[in-house]
Amino acid sequence: MSETAEAVMGGEGHAAPLHGWRRWLFTTNHKDIGTLYLVFSLIMLFAGGILAMIIRAELFEPGLQLVQPLFYNSLVTMHGLTMIFLAIMPALVGLANWQIPMMIGAPDMALPRINNWSFWLLPFAFVLMWAGFLTPQGAPNAGWTFYAPLSTTYAPPSMDFLIFAIHIMGISSIMGGINIIVTIFNLRAPGMKMIDMPLFVWTWLITAFLLVFAMPVLAGAATMVLFDRHFGTSFFNAAGGGDPVLFQHIFWFFGHPEVYIMILPAFGVISEIVPTFSRKPLFGRVSMIYAVGAIAFMSAMVWAHHMFAVGLPVSAQIFFMYTTMLIAVPTGIKVFNWVATMWRGALTFETPMLWAVSFIFLFTIGGLSGLMLADVPADYQYQDTYFVVAHLHYVLVTGSLFGIIGAVYYWLPKWTGHMYNDRISKWHFWLSVISVNVTFFPMHFAGLAGMPRRIPDYALQFADYNMVSSIGAFVFGLSQLLFVWVIIQAIRGGAPAGERPWDGAKGLEWTLSSPPPHHSFPTPPSDELVHREGPHGYE
Amino acid sequence: MIRKTKTLMLILLLTPSLAVAAAAEEPGGFNMPYGVTPTSHDVYDMHMLLFWVCTVIGALVFAVMIWSLVFHRRARGAVAAKFSGHTRLEIVWTAIPALILVAVAIPATRVLLAVNAHPHPYVTVDIHGSQWKWHYSYPDQGIAYYSNLKADSRKASREHSGISPATVPYYLRDVDHPLVLPVGKDVRLRITGDDVIHSWWVPQLGFKRDAIPGFINRADIVIDKPGIYRGQCAELCGAGHGFMPIVVKAVSPAEFLAWVTQSKKAEAAEHESEQGPWTRQLAMTQGKKIFDSVCAACHQLNGKGIPGVFPALDGSKIVNGPLAGHIKFVVHGSPRNPVMRPFGKEMNNRQLAAVLTYERNSWSNHTGDLVTPEEVEKAR
Repeated sequence: MSETAEAVMGGEGHAAPLHGWRRWLFTTNHKDIGTLYLVFSLIMLFAGGILAMIIRAELFEPGLQLVQPLFYNSLVTMHGLTMIFLAIMPALVGLANWQIPMMIGAPDMALPRINNWSFWLLPFAFVLMWAGFLTPQGAPNAGWTFYAPLSTTYAPPSMDFLIFAIHIMGISSIMGGINIIVTIFNLRAPGMKMIDMPLFVWTWLITAFLLVFAMPVLAGAATMVLFDRHFGTSFFNAAGGGDPVLFQHIFWFFGHPEVYIMILPAFGVISEIVPTFSRKPLFGRVSMIYAVGAIAFMSAMVWAHHMFAVGLPVSAQIFFMYTTMLIAVPTGIKVFNWVATMWRGALTFETPMLWAVSFIFLFTIGGLSGLMLADVPADYQYQDTYFVVAHLHYVLVTGSLFGIIGAVYYWLPKWTGHMYNDRISKWHFWLSVISVNVTFFPMHFAGLAGMPRRIPDYALQFADYNMVSSIGAFVFGLSQLLFVWVIIQAIRGGAPAGERPWDGAKGLEWTLSSPPPHHSFPTPPSDELVHREGPHGYE
Repeated sequence: MIRKTKTLMLILLLTPSLAVAAAAEEPGGFNMPYGVTPTSHDVYDMHMLLFWVCTVIGALVFAVMIWSLVFHRRARGAVAAKFSGHTRLEIVWTAIPALILVAVAIPATRVLLAVNAHPHPYVTVDIHGSQWKWHYSYPDQGIAYYSNLKADSRKASREHSGISPATVPYYLRDVDHPLVLPVGKDVRLRITGDDVIHSWWVPQLGFKRDAIPGFINRADIVIDKPGIYRGQCAELCGAGHGFMPIVVKAVSPAEFLAWVTQSKKAEAAEHESEQGPWTRQLAMTQGKKIFDSVCAACHQLNGKGIPGVFPALDGSKIVNGPLAGHIKFVVHGSPRNPVMRPFGKEMNNRQLAAVLTYERNSWSNHTGDLVTPEEVEKAR
């Protein structure tokens, strides 16, 4: 049945399947594009990771041993930009590409050619962004936040490369977001009500709206920097009547929704994994959806909490303190609901569940330090210190990245058709979860003791924390090689996964063969199947 | 064996929160310093309140979760329950966190308003962040000076310096001229930036405030206790960001007045010596003083710069080249690199002539020139 349907799909204006490099360059298939996204982001994870390793090697002990201060600033800048825009975000889009059509019973993404273009823009953005390292004045060095005037008057020429790279990545993200929205609205199986969509689909739908909303703001900020640099405007130049703080307002008006863009799909992943290995329906799933919606809505009202030290009016400081604290309520609901999902379940700890459980523990630590940072008077001390570095890595590494790795371990059998090496994947988990805490936990102390961010050399009282962090970071970096090993092994072979490798898993993707057919659902799944695999299928 | 590993996992995941609980109080320890201003005490109390609230919430959530992880395992024969919601419970765990947040927000707002009160100051200091040093001026007392990282730290931090940072007292946290402030009096700090955004932060004083070009940020403080308090720039400001420390020397009001008198006397004496006839010796002494406080942050005390980052003046083509070109470069700044800014705007002719003379006759530079204030004036 599915073969004939595929033949029909293939015959309607589709060229014969291509082979070799042309298959990947011209592909409009959501699985191929998903694979491209995921492989690209894995490479970028190592590119950004190597920068982090150099940073940690330089900070291993006081004094400058390896790099010059200005190059250190480039490392910090490029590490942040690479991880955010080229590793985490593309990985999440890759997951969306693979999973959303399968989870909503669609044959493919709604806009396949745009899908192809969204991906193929990214390697160009990477080349443009990293080309700065080859220029005599070095790569951009104003921090990933590229505050003016450090990014305008005082920046090297490679800042212009970065601005265009940001534009390209923005176009890619916006098109990706639109594609996801259109796909979810139009290609859902007829029997699937919006409210019954899997949580991963819901979180991505909301994230896609945030992308379309936030990325143009970043493009605007970057364009204004470009104009200040070359076309004589003074948007951010006080000497010309402009306002350096305006840049920060615009940047963080994008930047705060951006952090939720990176975490919400990971929330969705955890909401898929936890019920599977608890063998119990997700607790309070409707309130989970509302919580995600509330977080996304409020994310556009909290931006100035990144700017409590710039001297905002007291009334503004109070407003942003309250809204930021308020966002903890829906975030708390999510954590409570995951815990309640596990409560009185029948838990097993396969590799994806290990990552999900550690996500809940460690993301909660990051969330709680976020609550501390929301408090303005205390933030006068925390702002711009390693306490912030610790916080943001707890939510981005043990949050977003752990969510992504968990998702890969959860769906890899489906994608490849093979079970992966359980022992190595568990080694990967244990080494990662221990070393990530060794790396980032001491940073809380370094920050409280007074160590500012983004410094290449530091006073002696911070030496112990930094040495411990560096050792942890080297182990964490090397452990990720195990991840690559597991993935390559699984692609090349292994025990057949079968349709449903996890006995507690629910969802339309588990009704397909592993690996799934070229076009996931050439004909929509029946209402009865949708019901059985949906949230009401447990009854 | 499997059970053992799982217990180990729980211990490992829990260790971090226990470690915080063991946090010590002294500066440079595990925790935020209690500090020496009313603001810093309030901030510290706020921080500890938040810390305990977060620890308790975290501990409760983790306890429930760990209970499930241990007792609701299929390996122990657990059978999954069927429930998928509980409206009353969900209302409770929405409402309770909201109430906790209100309870935290009230003291936070109170502290915030107190911190932002502006009493009439006993002394006002203008603080300018400048790549990569701080400039302090007391407008009512007529005292102004740059505060630079001490030379020994600068030397030791260099790549292949051969000097261990451990041998340098207060490595990267010591300056040539600290900011002197009286204890027990209202002090107003007016903070701004000369070039890019910096941030003035001394943890013991309990706040940081960005130094932004075009803005004057105000911070009003009272220091309780005499002592030396150290901090550093907290906002990425370019290559020297890690190398612009802040040292505050808090003294009794009587000592402060004595310091003011002494500084003014010294400044007057200097002013008088500057008025004398323009000689090579005078230009060199005055030039060295200016170079060490203004120029050495980039070009280094030995004039060798930092290869690839800051050009060397020792043996430089501009410094050893025609005088007119050198004067123009210093007075009007570099046409390509904004970090070399137009110093004609911030120094008078005598000062510029002195520093130019010093540069042209120091290290291996032997031009023999004595640059005169008139020559500088012509280049303006």
